[in-house]
Amino acid sequence: MSNANQQAVAKYKNNFLKEVEANVEEGHWVKMCMQCGVCAGSCPLGPHWEHSPQKIFMMIRAGKREEVLGSDSMWMCTSCYNCIVRCPRKLPITHIMHGLANYSHRLGLAPKGQPTREIAKLFWDNLVKTGRVNELKFSLAMYFKDGFGQGVKNAMAMQGIGLGLMKAGRLNPMEIFGGHVCKDKSGVQKMIAKAREIEDRRKSLA
Amino acid sequence: MADNKFAAYICSGCGIGDKLNVGALEKIATKEGKMAVVKSHPFLCSTEGVDLIKNDIANDGVTHVCIAACSRRAKAEAFTFPETAVSRANLREGVLWVVAEGADHDEVRQEMAEDYVRMGCAEVKKMMSPAGNPDKAQSKRIMVVGGGMSGMTAALAAADAGYEVVLVEKTGKLGGFANNMLKRVPFNAPHAEAQPTGVEELAAKVTGNAKIKLHLNSTLTETAGAPGRFVAKIAQESGAVAEETVGAIVQATGFTTYPLDKLPELGGGQANVVDQAGLEAMAKAANGGAIKRADGKEVKSVVFVQCAGQRGSGGNGDGSHLEYCSGHCCATSIKQATYFKDANPDVDTVVMYQDLRVPGMGEDFYRSAQKKGVIFTKAKVNKVAGGDACKVEFKDLILDEDTATDADLVVLATGQVPVSGVNLDEWTTTVTAAESGDEAAKEKKSALQKISVLNLNYRQGPDMPQFKYGFADSHFICFPYETRRTGIYAAGPTRRPMDMFQAQEDATGAAMKAIQAVENATRGRAAHPRAWDLSFPKARLEGCTQCKRCTVECPFGAIDEDEKRFPVFNEQRCRRCGTCMGACPVRVISFENYSCDTVGSQIKAVNIPDEFEEKPRILILACENDAYPALDMAGLQRLTYSAYVRAIPVRCLGSVNTIWITDALNSGYDGVMMMGCKKGDDYQCHFVKGSEMAYYRMSKIGDTLKQLGLEPERVQTQEVAITDNAKVAKLIDDYVAQLNEMGPSPMKGFG
Ligand code: SF4
Ligand code: SF4
Ligand code: SF4
Repeated sequence: MSNANQQAVAKYKNNFLKEVEANVEEGHWVKMCMQCGVCAGSCPLGPHWEHSPQKIFMMIRAGKREEVLGSDSMWMCTSCYNCIVRCPRKLPITHIMHGLANYSHRLGLAPKGQPTREIAKLFWDNLVKTGRVNELKFSLAMYFKDGFGQGVKNAMAMQGIGLGLMKAGRLNPMEIFGGHVCKDKSGVQKMIAKAREIEDRRKSLA
Repeated sequence: MADNKFAAYICSGCGIGDKLNVGALEKIATKEGKMAVVKSHPFLCSTEGVDLIKNDIANDGVTHVCIAACSRRAKAEAFTFPETAVSRANLREGVLWVVAEGADHDEVRQEMAEDYVRMGCAEVKKMMSPAGNPDKAQSKRIMVVGGGMSGMTAALAAADAGYEVVLVEKTGKLGGFANNMLKRVPFNAPHAEAQPTGVEELAAKVTGNAKIKLHLNSTLTETAGAPGRFVAKIAQESGAVAEETVGAIVQATGFTTYPLDKLPELGGGQANVVDQAGLEAMAKAANGGAIKRADGKEVKSVVFVQCAGQRGSGGNGDGSHLEYCSGHCCATSIKQATYFKDANPDVDTVVMYQDLRVPGMGEDFYRSAQKKGVIFTKAKVNKVAGGDACKVEFKDLILDEDTATDADLVVLATGQVPVSGVNLDEWTTTVTAAESGDEAAKEKKSALQKISVLNLNYRQGPDMPQFKYGFADSHFICFPYETRRTGIYAAGPTRRPMDMFQAQEDATGAAMKAIQAVENATRGRAAHPRAWDLSFPKARLEGCTQCKRCTVECPFGAIDEDEKRFPVFNEQRCRRCGTCMGACPVRVISFENYSCDTVGSQIKAVNIPDEFEEKPRILILACENDAYPALDMAGLQRLTYSAYVRAIPVRCLGSVNTIWITDALNSGYDGVMMMGCKKGDDYQCHFVKGSEMAYYRMSKIGDTLKQLGLEPERVQTQEVAITDNAKVAKLIDDYVAQLNEMGPSPMKGFG
């Protein structure tokens, strides 16, 4: 159990709803759900989720901490906003889903190997290095995330698209050598570090 | 009747003159209708047309008028003439607009119109303009029984409208159930916080109102009379009996809570398991502070169990306990949960519901409680064990799992049980047994008398008839303030389960109805829905066989019995439905403007073609409240139906006397169709029991038909609502087709 996780458990005892309200983006909305099930019925990904948003909200209220935070469900959200548009109680469901995913990730409880999570991680790591997304490195990192052999296979499969992008000038092979950076790279990095510090303090994740 | 002079006026306007031979109609009115004066006019409802009639009444001695024009439902004001009997032959909606267009139909259209003129003339000859009840009731005071929120509200509403009020309360204090409440569910915007009940202020207003006379610690030992002249005997604590004369009564006797000890499976009777009333008392004691249990421990976690012993499922799920939803308890639990949250946001409050019913602004209150952190769990509670840590076992209906939780306190949302006095069915059986000397029944009778609220001395029993589940019967679907005891109005939870807001609205409505009742009674008029009607039933008692049918079947208990066991009609209690007239086997009951003769003579006036003409005749007896308007409306929409039918409006199917049916069949009609309102638990019959009585009576008519050698299909009863205009046309055409297949009535030519 991560340190942050232990602290959260100790702080909120079994009041998971309170923990969500304090630490999850838009978490204070969870109590307002009236369990109508409109979101569950509206989500295009619904059939593929283990728990619909409606159920997740009920589970939070029932104190099912491990099951919610360890769940793969909120990672499935594609941000289509169907649910937000339809929720009669105006819950920002999409944002809560992302907030929950983020929180479980920060506590180290998110399921390992969840593809959405992996991609998000790669994207973030790529971005914070230079303040710019290095598309070439990002693509390669994605191809090779499951090992060298799989990476080669992936790269071969995507070859046509890669060449097309290069021809159109959308992918620069030279980026492999460092690539473009933003003007004040260290400034951006400092800014991100500060933001993170503030957030951690607020969510007692430090 | 030497002084009577009959006149017929035929309108040729609205296209009547284009499609019908008005000259021929005039001839019929003169020759067959034997009208002394017969005139036609191109625009009879115009000032000129009406003046023509008025002039004949004033200067030519006309006393009885048959108007052959539009439906009796149209131009009613224009064609009302004081002290003149008026019949209406419905040529426009009943003929012109419903008979198919084209020359092919000219003959049947004209025949139909001629018959309606014959019927209108025949009817008016048997009519009299009602003189009104000479024995006018006098009292306009209003008695309110019950001094809770409903009763006090009704009393103040009536007093504010200028009426004297007598308020009878059985306890020593005004306020009723509200006295034990900390706050009430919000009734003002923004509907977010529980509000003060206001019971003390209301009680002070009642006490300080010079128009309201209070009887505390008092009960009714006898209520006699009728609207405008009720006499109530009021037993006081001292043992003295006061007497009050009042014109109308509002019964606002409220409810009791469903007994907790009937819910052992939900922990009823065990420590730290209370009902909502119990929680209210605890909250009142805490008065905004931390709520404490009986053992003094502060409540840190509480579970509310909704629908406990209600909706046939809250308890055993086997249909035991209360079948219905009491309506207020969801909002009440929300309110009570906020008592805890307002005092201490850290108290765990969970409301376990199956579906949360918070209609209207209740939704805002629900949201407000959610904001405060009240947890709502959709669950079916299976078992509660009381004690220091109450264990609540439940099935989470969203997560689909059986689970349990502990709480310091469990609150059961139990239902309202009406206080509505004696069940009249039970009363009737008991009285019958007691009269035949059964000692146990005699004892039971006096026990029942003790629980009676009104102690009416009516022959039908001491209280209002009860609806399903023991609530006072009121006309639920159309006229919720109308009960089955004219001049007595039920308000609040005695009528149906409800919350305080609804009860106060109900009470205001009941007070208004009571005011109407005293005003109508003192003018010698009927009550809703024939409020203008000055007629009332008269019985030729020398012909009465004392069969008691009228006294039993009157839906409003208007008829008592004298020492010689003859029926005694209490005019002011009568609603003019004519159910007694339909019931009487020897046909001695009649109204001046509506009788076995006014309808019977119309039935006989119709010209019945013989069997070779292949023109069947079908009699329609249509309830004037819904079916007849539906027929008119069919005309208004130009829906066509068979020109072989002849429709007669009746006050209620309950007023249909079987003699009309047998007369019609004997004189060669091929079929009789009755159209009335819905019967049963969700009745729409304006007179509650009328259409049910008609069905019952018609179910017994089979033998008579057999004797006549007729098929049972020749008499039909149909339920029709006012909106069923397309349905009536189809019913008629289907029936005519069915009768055509059966062939002409074998009775033709014998009549
Ligand atoms: S925004 Fe996410 S949770 Fe909402 S409907 Fe779309 S995919 Fe489902
Ligand atoms: S649509 Fe909104 S209120 Fe309904 S279940 Fe989903 S989150 Fe709850
Ligand atoms: S129904 Fe007719 S016969 Fe029977 S008691 Fe009444 S008035 Fe008399």
